[in-house]
Amino acid sequence: MITANGFSATRRPILRRKLLQGAGLVALFGLGDLPFGIAPALAAASDKYPEDAFKQKRDADAIKALYGTSAEASDKVKLDAPEIAENGAVVPVSVSTTFDNVTSIAFFVSENPNALAAHYKIPAGTLPNVANRLKMAKTCNVIAIVESGGKLYSATKEVKVTVGGCGG
Amino acid sequence: MTSTIRVRATSNGDITEVQALVQHPMDSGFVKDAKGEIIPPHFIQQLTFEYDGKAVFVADWGAAVSKDPYVKFSFKGAKKGDDLKIGWVDNKGATDTTTAKIQ
Repeated sequence: MITANGFSATRRPILRRKLLQGAGLVALFGLGDLPFGIAPALAAASDKYPEDAFKQKRDADAIKALYGTSAEASDKVKLDAPEIAENGAVVPVSVSTTFDNVTSIAFFVSENPNALAAHYKIPAGTLPNVANRLKMAKTCNVIAIVESGGKLYSATKEVKVTVGGCGG
Repeated sequence: MTSTIRVRATSNGDITEVQALVQHPMDSGFVKDAKGEIIPPHFIQQLTFEYDGKAVFVADWGAAVSKDPYVKFSFKGAKKGDDLKIGWVDNKGATDTTTAKIQ
């Protein structure tokens, strides 16, 4: 199988040339000739990437842009994050919940330049249980949101950051 | 070329636990290089896990996910020896895909 790396090394310049030669040629070759057809097709099986929510600066705005509503705090959402993170570039954060019918889980870092860090779609049959690693610019709250039955539930924890790692 | 995606999917009967590690710079666009120039944003936007033709987990990522991102989740209904398809696309349109056997 040809890897995507192989594509970017060899096929992308060809696409660019084609684009430069004008729309007529692109039409001639058709969209099927686009070099990065595989993964977008895979991604197309799901909803769109929430671009707007990722651009919001404040956590409340990002939650609103993502879900259109606000969350209520719940002790049924269990957020696991360190008390102190020595390296803000790599902060292990995980969430689990006892809510049923969870459809998505999202992580926000309140003082990052853009609060929304990650959003996970949880189809039926997948457990409401995610671990990942996030960057934190400075000491602030990490907020986990669980969407269950159309409602939002949140858990918040302050993580003290010794060395900020907004960019890694 | 080897894949940027490393996956371990282990089944313990009903539940399959998946751990994935992707090699990617995940540049946020807020960091300057040694010359004081901003390193432009370059990060994975979507990482999809597919089992039996259906998405079992979709990650939408911003630039605040750590470099060489790691994620862990679990899902039901798969068997040992089945295939799990994984693919990502980043903000520059680059992609990679791989297939892992559930162990």
